[in-house]
Amino acid sequence: MTTTGQFLFAPLLFQFFLAVLLLFLWRRTDLQRWASIFGNLTGLGLASVLFLRVWRGGALSVQAGGWEAPFGITLVADMFSATLVLLTSAIGLAVAIYSAASVQELRLRLGYFPILQFLLMGLAGAFLAGDIFNLYVWFEIIIISSFVLITIGGERLQLEGAVKYFTINILASVIFLTAIAILYGLTGTLNLADLAVKAKDIDNQALFSVSALMFFAGFGIKSAVFPLYFWLPASYHAPPAAVSAVFAGLLTKVGVYALIRIFSLVFTADPFIYEFMGWIAILTLFTGGVGALVQNNIRRVFSFFIVCHIGFMIAGLAIFSRPALAGAVFYMAHDIVVKANLFLLAGLIFKIRHTNSMKKLGGLYAEYPRLSLLLAVPLFSLVGIPPLSGFWPKVSLVLAGLEGRHFLLVGAMLLASFLTLIIIARLWAEVFWKNGQAPEIKPNAGYFPDMEPKRRALLVAPIAMLALASLYIGFAAEHLQLLSERIASELSDPASYIRAVLP
Amino acid sequence: MNTIILRTASNYLLPLLLLFSVFILLRGHYLPGGGFVGGLVAAIAFVLHAFANGLDNTRTLLRIHPGYFMPLGLALSFLSGLAPILRTGRPFMSGLWFDGPLPAIGLIGSPLFFDIGVYFVVIGASLTIIFTITENA
Repeated sequence: MTTTGQFLFAPLLFQFFLAVLLLFLWRRTDLQRWASIFGNLTGLGLASVLFLRVWRGGALSVQAGGWEAPFGITLVADMFSATLVLLTSAIGLAVAIYSAASVQELRLRLGYFPILQFLLMGLAGAFLAGDIFNLYVWFEIIIISSFVLITIGGERLQLEGAVKYFTINILASVIFLTAIAILYGLTGTLNLADLAVKAKDIDNQALFSVSALMFFAGFGIKSAVFPLYFWLPASYHAPPAAVSAVFAGLLTKVGVYALIRIFSLVFTADPFIYEFMGWIAILTLFTGGVGALVQNNIRRVFSFFIVCHIGFMIAGLAIFSRPALAGAVFYMAHDIVVKANLFLLAGLIFKIRHTNSMKKLGGLYAEYPRLSLLLAVPLFSLVGIPPLSGFWPKVSLVLAGLEGRHFLLVGAMLLASFLTLIIIARLWAEVFWKNGQAPEIKPNAGYFPDMEPKRRALLVAPIAMLALASLYIGFAAEHLQLLSERIASELSDPASYIRAVLP
Repeated sequence: MNTIILRTASNYLLPLLLLFSVFILLRGHYLPGGGFVGGLVAAIAFVLHAFANGLDNTRTLLRIHPGYFMPLGLALSFLSGLAPILRTGRPFMSGLWFDGPLPAIGLIGSPLFFDIGVYFVVIGASLTIIFTITENA
């Protein structure tokens, strides 16, 4: 055990420390705002250091309590985990800034910031977990804190969304837990690296495949793939925009992360499951895209886009070649940044016009030309107009699909891209170009036009920050491509992961 | 419930139950018990007191809002996990032990402080929930 591995705890423990600190500041919501912003800035710094260390020195691992793997609780940071922890912290910072300006005092008094921090801790924990039961525990932490964040404030719409969200996610957890139990019964271990070693000589291959399918079902529900995705559009528009942004950027991606991790490390032998995944990806791409087509509320449009674009990542996993995995990972990085930004954008539009209905919106470009240009960045990055960020991973995925002769999958991806283009073009025309009047706003109701400049800056800054990140992903695509190819090579050859955990 | 028997009994039961909860907490490292169960027993002691004497009296008895036990306990558990990193450079949550067992309590180490942290979190969480429900009922 090297001492460098210890650093792995830093991003995780810091999130925990920050959450406890925020709990101590329960009644001081003014202090909570600043503590959250500066704390998440520090968290981003720690995550960057972790990322750089893994980039230079390869995968790190550490055993909590010093109990050796496969018995102890293992934390592992390979390139994939470190990248996602970095992205989580970046989204965390953006959302903390945005929340400081936008979330109502009522919600802050009910402990909004501490719970948000627990959610971010759960996400970082899930990305770093090195054994499958701990992965489950982190998922539970994520669900519980996200449930509080959905319901906090107690509006009717929120409670309705929360019931759908919670029921289906608990069901997914139960399936996930059952799959873990089966796997433990077969192999006698829960450590991911140890599972990867022992998976090869399991006698009961049929039961092993059943547990693989159950993992796919459990994580699939959590990442909102066809057919059990309906809970997502039904609940993601309910909470405040800042909360939806974390959910949109990270919650479904945790499911995708777990799928990619498990199906590249443990269940790799069965071609049937990848074939099955391919079909699911096709249906997800199609239904998500068509679902977005008929929506009027822009937050619901974006919710269906989450479903639709999860299909790209699942498609990458289904093709399961090195370029396809690189494409899936690249897409994931792009998607996390853009989807979070889209929901922040929807929240900003709501602050300006007090509606999210496309029919009622309009004329934003005439009124706020510079702001509209900023908002165009995430919107058109999502479509993937070259050279913006969505373009490059799609190229990798389509090329990998053609190479592997998955023509139907490629067709579905192209159709989904096309649908995205149509919908975003229509949204742009409706919301920004169409003639529209600013609504009658009661003075002092707290909407954007009569906010003080400092608060306006706090609202726009995170959107600009994430837009810059998307531009970076788009214009410096070779950096991201290099990173995702390295991740893909680590994923397709798990030996380095296993070596990092088992001495 | 305003019966004189319950009110009188609860005054004696409160310290007894609290003592019992500490016993369970200390017993927990190798035997059944520990911070979670101990915390529940302690919470029950206060709930019983609240049933007999009314919520306001229990509040004055506690002095601080039970919610504050949660960050307190979390901080204690966090520090007990952090101690081995700071003192010996071993991983988070490694056991640090003092030399020689104490009479009646046994060997004291960082796991005990972790458990005490859990004890406080459980008291805080259960009392906050129950008090809030009682208030709104």
